[in-house]
Formats: sequence, structure tokens, C-alpha cells
Amino acid sequence: MPKSTPNIKQFVTDFGWPRIIIFFFLALLFAAAPFVGVRMDASISDVFNRFGQNGLFVLALVPMIQSGCGLNFGLSIGIIAGLIGSTLSVQLGLIGFGGFFGAVALALPFAVLFGWVYGKLLNKVKGEEMTIAMYVGFAGVMFMCIMWLVLPYTSPTMVWGYAGKGLRTTITVEGFYRQVLNEFLAIRIGPNFVFPTGMLLFDGLCAYLLWLFMRTKTGTAMTAVGSNPDYARASGISVDRMRTTSVIISTVLGAVGIVVFQQSYGFIQLYTAPLAMPFAAVAAILIGGASVNKASMVNVLVGAFLFQGLLTMTPSVINSALHTDISEVVRLIVSNGIIIYALTRKTKVAK
Amino acid sequence: MGQQGPILSVEHVSKEFYGNVVLNDVCFELKAGEILGLVGENGAGKTTLMRILFGMPVIAETGGYKGRICLDGQEVRFSSPFDALDSGIGMVHQEFSLIPGFTTTENIVLNRESMRPSILNDVFGDRMSVLDRPDMRKRAEAAIAKLGVKLDPDLLISEMPVGHKQFTEIAREITRTKTRILVLDEPTAVLTESEAEVLLAALRNIAKLGIAIIFISHRLREVVDVADRVVVLRDGLAIKDLPVAGVSVRDIASWMVGRTVAADAVAGGEGREFGDELLKVEGLWVDMPGETVRDVSFSVRKGEILGFGGLAGQGKLGIPNGIMGLYPAGGSVGLRGKGVPLDSPRAALEAGMAFVSEDRRGVGLLLDESLDWNIAFTAMQVQGAYLRPILGGLFKIRDEAGMRKLTEEYVGALDIKCTSPKQKAKELSGGNQQKICLAKAFAVKPDLLFVSEPTRGIDVGAKKLVLDTLHRYNREYGTTIVMVSSELEELRAICDRIAIVDEGRIAGILPPTAELPEFGLLMSGLAARNAREAVNA
Repeated sequence: MPKSTPNIKQFVTDFGWPRIIIFFFLALLFAAAPFVGVRMDASISDVFNRFGQNGLFVLALVPMIQSGCGLNFGLSIGIIAGLIGSTLSVQLGLIGFGGFFGAVALALPFAVLFGWVYGKLLNKVKGEEMTIAMYVGFAGVMFMCIMWLVLPYTSPTMVWGYAGKGLRTTITVEGFYRQVLNEFLAIRIGPNFVFPTGMLLFDGLCAYLLWLFMRTKTGTAMTAVGSNPDYARASGISVDRMRTTSVIISTVLGAVGIVVFQQSYGFIQLYTAPLAMPFAAVAAILIGGASVNKASMVNVLVGAFLFQGLLTMTPSVINSALHTDISEVVRLIVSNGIIIYALTRKTKVAK
Repeated sequence: MGQQGPILSVEHVSKEFYGNVVLNDVCFELKAGEILGLVGENGAGKTTLMRILFGMPVIAETGGYKGRICLDGQEVRFSSPFDALDSGIGMVHQEFSLIPGFTTTENIVLNRESMRPSILNDVFGDRMSVLDRPDMRKRAEAAIAKLGVKLDPDLLISEMPVGHKQFTEIAREITRTKTRILVLDEPTAVLTESEAEVLLAALRNIAKLGIAIIFISHRLREVVDVADRVVVLRDGLAIKDLPVAGVSVRDIASWMVGRTVAADAVAGGEGREFGDELLKVEGLWVDMPGETVRDVSFSVRKGEILGFGGLAGQGKLGIPNGIMGLYPAGGSVGLRGKGVPLDSPRAALEAGMAFVSEDRRGVGLLLDESLDWNIAFTAMQVQGAYLRPILGGLFKIRDEAGMRKLTEEYVGALDIKCTSPKQKAKELSGGNQQKICLAKAFAVKPDLLFVSEPTRGIDVGAKKLVLDTLHRYNREYGTTIVMVSSELEELRAICDRIAIVDEGRIAGILPPTAELPEFGLLMSGLAARNAREAVNA
């Protein structure tokens, strides 16, 4: 390894030009914000909030990247499990932390089951995981569009008022577990700035547990499977089992992630809402410097922060400057543009 | 056979790849209607010589060759195989270059189909001619008749036995009206014995038509049977060029392998004592592509170094790969009398065996990970070593310090050149990568170590270090070693016994002190054949 004296050149190569450019772009947006009438404290608060909301989705991608299953474009499967858990929690009338952790607990069995089936499927399509994952995600979301109508939910907060059955597209969690994590130890400065301590702590805990897991024997084996499946097999590792495990963990994190998202956002979004969520997560981890076969906690942290910062700031600043609403268009261009950029530069695995 | 001048003469041809001399001043001549047997060990330069003759682009890309090749006394220098074809050199490759979905006829006349003008010609020119199938069939049948074999002109290639594919390929070469020289590279390797007989007869028929043949084979008996003259290549030198009459298979075998061995001490004669039987293998078969093991039985005693030699593709590599569960295998393997299940790498590792794969970069290393991962991984996964408990024993995580210490130990012991245990494995040189593979195997403290092609692709100095390391671990720690290598000298240098594998079976087991021709005979498949004949008689 080159000598460890820190110098700028080394830092730039390690950190990567794309991240530095995005970082400066973000800084520029923050600098420009006051001039177009966007409040700085509200913006920063927003960035923290969105970072906390989406952080777990980004984290959920790590195990599958490490085990060689690629980017989990089928994260919607985990999100669906989370949606089942949260709707069940509301149906049972669980409130407060009970509602939140109830939703997580109820989502877990579904996440494990879905992840297991999804993992088995991905083992059959080695080399094409990402394409297949995307279709699995789409198909799962569409299937659930039917199920949300058919499943026998009865809670009046959730079903359509006029028919008395079938879930609404958007369900408020107000009075159930809205903001339970965000408000936990929250720090308020002025009227517009709230630091969501509880949510960030929870994200941090999940990240720490995953970090620990990647350091266990199983986690090490998982990384080796992603690095060189033949090597892993020759060392007595069951490649398929490791891959399935990684998919299950990813799905579980996706399920927990959506519950965290809901408590902060305040609504359960059903039907086609989970469709696009994996893309934002994928874009974030790629901005963070992960490749298709290597990802670290630093990638998650940096990526989620930069991407969510960009998503928060770009539309608000540009809308205010141009006086038109093009926020959604800008978001799509930014997130998909980054996915394309990152996938075209994916580093080849040395053989 | 014509008595005129040679149609092909190879004069003082030399070739080196990146400073590595593979052909050195090779000369021979070929007359019309003559069959020349070209023999040599793997790596003796046969393939390179044929590539030069055939104008393969790889030769020009690597700096061309020295010397001259003359056809009918005119010097030629082909820049592509098409030039060679135009000059009348046909080549039958080891791998079939046939189109599976086409019939025999279509393959034989491929790209030289008989054409018949159609009405479209008037408008669009010759490209719109249609195939004249009856004539194509006639030509194909003529070629098959010349060969003197039975082939159905309408059968699809994909439905043929391998032998027929080989004949189709030869038929294709001889239908070229110009073909005067035919090169066959190991044409009998994929054939059964009876098919090989038919092929040899066909070759004699072709030779009678005045076509000269260069016949490359490691089955020396066939060479002696069919060839008029034999050229023996050894380490890039044409060491013998003489008529076959009066030459025995044994002579050729000894010329092939017999190099100056005085410099390398042969280990054998120490009269070493070994412990009890450690490994017993019976009726092993392994389905490893290109290295099929058919029926192998052997046993290894504690403290012994057993070598497996033989030519490439005969199955020696399949033996360790099968026992370690990397390829589908069957038969019975017992370690210390206890059965070891096949098809399970984990079971093999847990039983106390370890394997250094011949596919260093593919199977042996995590190229994108650090050295300490590479070395400690197997021990961690199989034996739970290098893990430490955290959170009051709730979890066990990697013991980075322990892994580092282990790696530093092996870096010292095996003299691995690296900057730190955190360096990526892909950054090391081939020899040092090989040492990492050895360290990985040693780290599980195996009772029995399989080492496959330990010196492949590494330079001479590193070779010696690797072999010394194996020798040292055997002597100092009593590690029993089964070593598979294509290099006979290497096996003779450190093994106590050497088994030669031929056609997926053990042709014989010899002490390292045995005469070179003995090894050559076993490799050439003659011993097995004699045995079979003895049974049949």
C-alpha cells in the first residue's frame, strides 16, 4: 500500500471525482438557497429527515452487493413485507412505540419468507440477478395491488369509506405511530429546525448490527462468495445458502426501512408507491461510491447523505429560482442519471 | 511414394514468446505422400510449430519467427490461415471446427459449395446462385470414399459420434483440390481404439494419393504404426529425425522425456519409512471437463509424498478436484479408515484434507481481498479459528489481529513478497500468489495436502521455493502430500512414488529413480494397451 501520509491527491482518488463534484454542487445549492428565498434551517432539517427516512433502504442493499447478487432492484419485495406489517399493526390498533415495533415484528416473518423465495429465485439466474430482481419487484408490487383490495382489512382508518373494504392508497398513521422515532429525544432549534435523533439512532443501530454481522463468520463467508464463488466453494461454503441469506437480510432491512419511513412521513403508501423506491436507494449507494460488487458502510453514509441532500435541495432551489414546479422531473433525472453513470463504470471483477 | 524433392521444408525455425524460447532451430523436410509423426511432451513446441506453419496471427503478434519455411523450394511466410489454405496446407484441429446443425455434406463443402445459376443471377449477379445439392453430395461422397470410411452424407453433425466428426473434418480438408499437406493435431485423442484404427487406415489411403501428412499424437504406438518418419521435439529442439523403420516405441518414449537430469537430485533413494495408510481411494471417477477420471484406486501412507503425472487431459487433475468435492465424483475415499463423502468440499476439509488448486486465480484466491483474508478464510470457515466473541459472547466476529499475525507468520516462513497483510491478492506476482495458496492450505493444518500444478505459470526461482516449501513441510511437520504435476522432473525431485495417469486410469506407479523411458511408456498409453492385449489373448 502507498504510504499513508494524507495528501489531497490520494484523498481525491479514494473519495472519487463524482462524489466531490456532487458534494460541491450540494454546497453550491445550500449557498444559493437564501438568495432564492429557501430557508436554510428548514432545508437542513429536511435533509436530516430524508436521510433518516431513506437510510435503511440504502443499507439494505449492502448484503446483496457483498454476496455478489448485485444491486437489489427488487427491494420492493421487502417494502411490501413492511407494508403488510404496518397495515396489520394499524388493523390491530397498536399505538405509539407499540405500533412501530409491532409493525416491524409483524413484517419480519413475511420479510423472511419473501426473502427466502426471492433468494431461491435469484440463485437460479446467476449473472442476471439485477434484471430479474427488477421484474420480481415490479411483479410483486402489481400483485399486491390486487391483494390490497382483496385482503379482509376492516380498520376504518384504512379501508375505503364508501365501500367499507379494500385499502386506501394513502393511510395516515396519525394516532398510531407517526413520528414516534423522530420525536424521541428530538432536538429543536427555532421554529423550523428539528433534528430527528430517535430515527437516526435507530438507523445507526441497524447499521451497527449489519456492520457486526458482516464481520462474523457468516458475514465473512458472504463477502467471499461475492468476491469469488469458486474460492468460497472450495473452502466448504455453500454459495447458494450464503446468497439466499444475504437476500433475506436485505429484504428484512427493506421491510424495517419502510416502517421507519412511514413513521417519519406520516403515511402508509400502498399500491404502486413501492415501485420506484429501490431506484432511489440504488442511486444513493452508487453515489456513495459502491460498485456492483463492493459496498461499505461509508458508501451508505456518504451516498444517502449526498443523494438525499441533492433530492431535497435541487427541486426547492430550482423551483424557487425558476418559479415553476419541475421538482419531480429533476429528481428523476438526477437519480436515474446517477444509476446509469454508476452502472456504466462498474469495475470489472479481477479474474 | 514420390522420390522427388520435398514439398515442405522447415529450415532453422526458432520462436520465442517474451524471451521464453519454445522452438530452437528446428529443421525437417516432408515429401509428397509421406506421413511424418511429430511427437513430444506437452510444451515441447509441437503446437507452436504448427501455428507457424499455418500462419496463425498469434505468431506475428508475438514477434514472428526466425528461419524459413519453404513449399516446393519457395520460401513462404503466411500472414493468415487463409494464405496457408490457399497454398495447400490443410489442418484438422483438436477441437472440432464443424457446424453442429449442418449435415456431413454441408460441412465438407462448406464455403466451397457447388453453385447453380438461378434466374435471379441476371438481376443480382452471382451472389444469387443456388446450391447444387446433388453435386455437393457427390463431392462429399467422393471425399468419404477417398478416406475409405463409412459416413452418412446426410447426417447432422450434432447427431454423430465423435469419431465421425473427426472423419468429416478430414474429409473437408481433402476435398480442397489444392490440399497437398494435411496436419492432424492429436486426431485420435477423442477416438476409441477401433475408431483410431479406421482413422489410421484412412490416413494411409490419403497418403497414397500423394498428400503429405503431419501426424501429431502422444500415442506413440500409432505413430510407429502409421508414420514413415518420426521427428521428436524436446524443449523446442528437434532432437531426432529418422525413419520409423527399426525404431521402437520405447526408443521414442525415452527421447521424448530424456533430458539432462544430472543437475536435479532425485529424491527417492533415501529409503524413507512411512506410517500407516492415511488415504485409501477405490474406484474413483470424476466428471471434470477435460480431465475425466474413469477408475482410479490408490493409497497414501502417512508422511509420504505421492506424485501424479501424465499428459494434459488424461485425468490427473481430476483426482484431487474430485476427492475435494469440486466436481461430481463417485467411488470410495477413506481417510484413516473413515469414509469421506464426495461432492462436499466442506466434508473433505473437515476430514483434514486441504487442496491447492491448479486454477490459482479462479479457485485459489480472493483476488479482490486482502492477503490475511485469503490465508485465514478457510481455517475460519472450517475450523472456526480467528474469531473472537463480542458483546459478552453473543456474537463472534473476525479476529483481525489474529489474522494479521497468522499472515505475518506465513509471509516470513514462505518469504512472500508483499507490502502488508492488507495488500490485495491480485497485486502479487504469480509465484507469491502461489505461496499464498500454500499458506491458505497450511493454515488449516491438514493431515493430507493435495497440491495441483504448484509451479504452473511461475518463474524458475519461485518454482524452486515452492517445491522446497512442500519438501520442508513434509519433512518437518510430517504433512502427507499428494502432488499433481505435468512436470515429470518436478515430481521426480520431491516425490516418493509417482503414479502416471493415462486415459483416466493409473497406468502404473514408479519410484522416482525409475528410468525415464519407463515414465514415457506409461504416458504414451502403451503399457495399458499391452495389459489389455494380454487380457484379451
